[in-house]
Amino acid sequence: MRLRPSGDRAVLLDCDDAAEAQAWFAALEPEADVTLGARTVLVRGAPADVRRLVGAATPGEAAGRSTSEVVVPVTYDGPDLGEVARLTGLTVDEVVDAHTATPWTVAFTGFAPGFAYLTGGDPRLHVPRRDSPRPRVPVGAVGLAGPYSGVYPRESPGGWQLVGSTDVPLWDLERDPPALLLPGALVRFESVLRGAA
Amino acid sequence: MSLRVTALTGSALVQDTGRPGRTGLGVTPSGSFDRNAARQANVLLGNPPDAAVLEVVGSVTVRATRATAVAVTGAPGPVQCEGIPVDTGQVLLLQDGDELTVGPPALGVRRVLAVAGGLTPDPVLGSRATDTLSGLGPAPVTVGTLLPVGLRTGHPVTTRIETGVLGVGDLTVRLVLGPRDDWFTPEAVSMLLGTGWTVSPRSDRIGVRLDGPSLERAVAGELESEPVVRGSVQVTTAGLPVVLGPDHPVTGGYPVIGVVVDADTDLLAQAAPGRRVRFRRHPAP
Repeated sequence: MRLRPSGDRAVLLDCDDAAEAQAWFAALEPEADVTLGARTVLVRGAPADVRRLVGAATPGEAAGRSTSEVVVPVTYDGPDLGEVARLTGLTVDEVVDAHTATPWTVAFTGFAPGFAYLTGGDPRLHVPRRDSPRPRVPVGAVGLAGPYSGVYPRESPGGWQLVGSTDVPLWDLERDPPALLLPGALVRFESVLRGAA
Repeated sequence: MSLRVTALTGSALVQDTGRPGRTGLGVTPSGSFDRNAARQANVLLGNPPDAAVLEVVGSVTVRATRATAVAVTGAPGPVQCEGIPVDTGQVLLLQDGDELTVGPPALGVRRVLAVAGGLTPDPVLGSRATDTLSGLGPAPVTVGTLLPVGLRTGHPVTTRIETGVLGVGDLTVRLVLGPRDDWFTPEAVSMLLGTGWTVSPRSDRIGVRLDGPSLERAVAGELESEPVVRGSVQVTTAGLPVVLGPDHPVTGGYPVIGVVVDADTDLLAQAAPGRRVRFRRHPAP
């Protein structure tokens, strides 16, 4: 890990991989205003204070923390399911099995409130984004792009390959916290029949 | 007590000190772009510093449903009470039914209208700021919007305030290089610091877009998404800088060549299309 400047009110921790970034994030989150990236952690504060805080913290201690598993039921009927099967050389059923068999981890958030970039899934599912983004992706759509999977928390434009959909609200202001998927959480997709998700 | 919006050209958004500390939810800080102008207006009225104000791009007319005190700060320009020109940067007393027009700025972009007691639409995640990226917070104001006003809690400590002079020449802001200046050629970094960049009309609260020469990358490929801040200078695939504003996405995939010193980001709130912006290198603190 190396420290990189990010202006006069924050420092960026540039880590070797996502796991190291998540360990630093978990160690610093109780003490500072931190944001997790794919393999970076932004710590807000006076840079001298942040450097002191980082110097006194031990990321390894966070590795054994317990994380809850969130189960997301999905109806695998997305418009790009066939395309994903073609790109990966799998059958549609194998795509569904690959997506549900391995638990995913919330690597970082962004794009929209409640949107989580999930990593750690089956590497056979790495597919490029669509050539042209859709102007409207419905709420609850489950997609794939690069090493990531994600669920659209609300209707928005989007370029991910859509494999299915869920009825579970990813973002609900009446809930505390409103986001279902928080950095570091484990996520397991479960295949359900149409209408049951 | 409330203010009724009776005319609007452009946009008027409720803003306060925003939603810091919620990036884990994917929620950006948002809040006033010209924080200094909002702070000044609240000081004038004896409001707490986080009282919500109206951030106006264009012009707006409001009618007071009861006698109250207001103040206009930010970009200079005309203000009329019942058609009579009044000054900015001071406490203005409105009578029941008075109409106040905050006209288009003579210079700059954003004017701030504050009212004693602050605007009090329902807060979302602890803030009344309208986040234009995610749609959180009060809906953008339209003609007919009734803006509720809170109870006055403090007393003004001053009656006039120097709202600052917006220059007409190049706007210079301080910049700390990094975190990803090493993704660019040394020539590109020199060019970033040596160029008078032109503010694009496509600028908004998400980012101030700059036109000028294309900045050449030293590292090809895609950066894995990383957290950004207000003031981060992302360089797009076209090689042009975008200085992120208060409604920036929480994370981004364009490399950030440098970050504008936090205090100077308020100046960018007033950088009108066509204005020239220069970056002056500031040592990493």
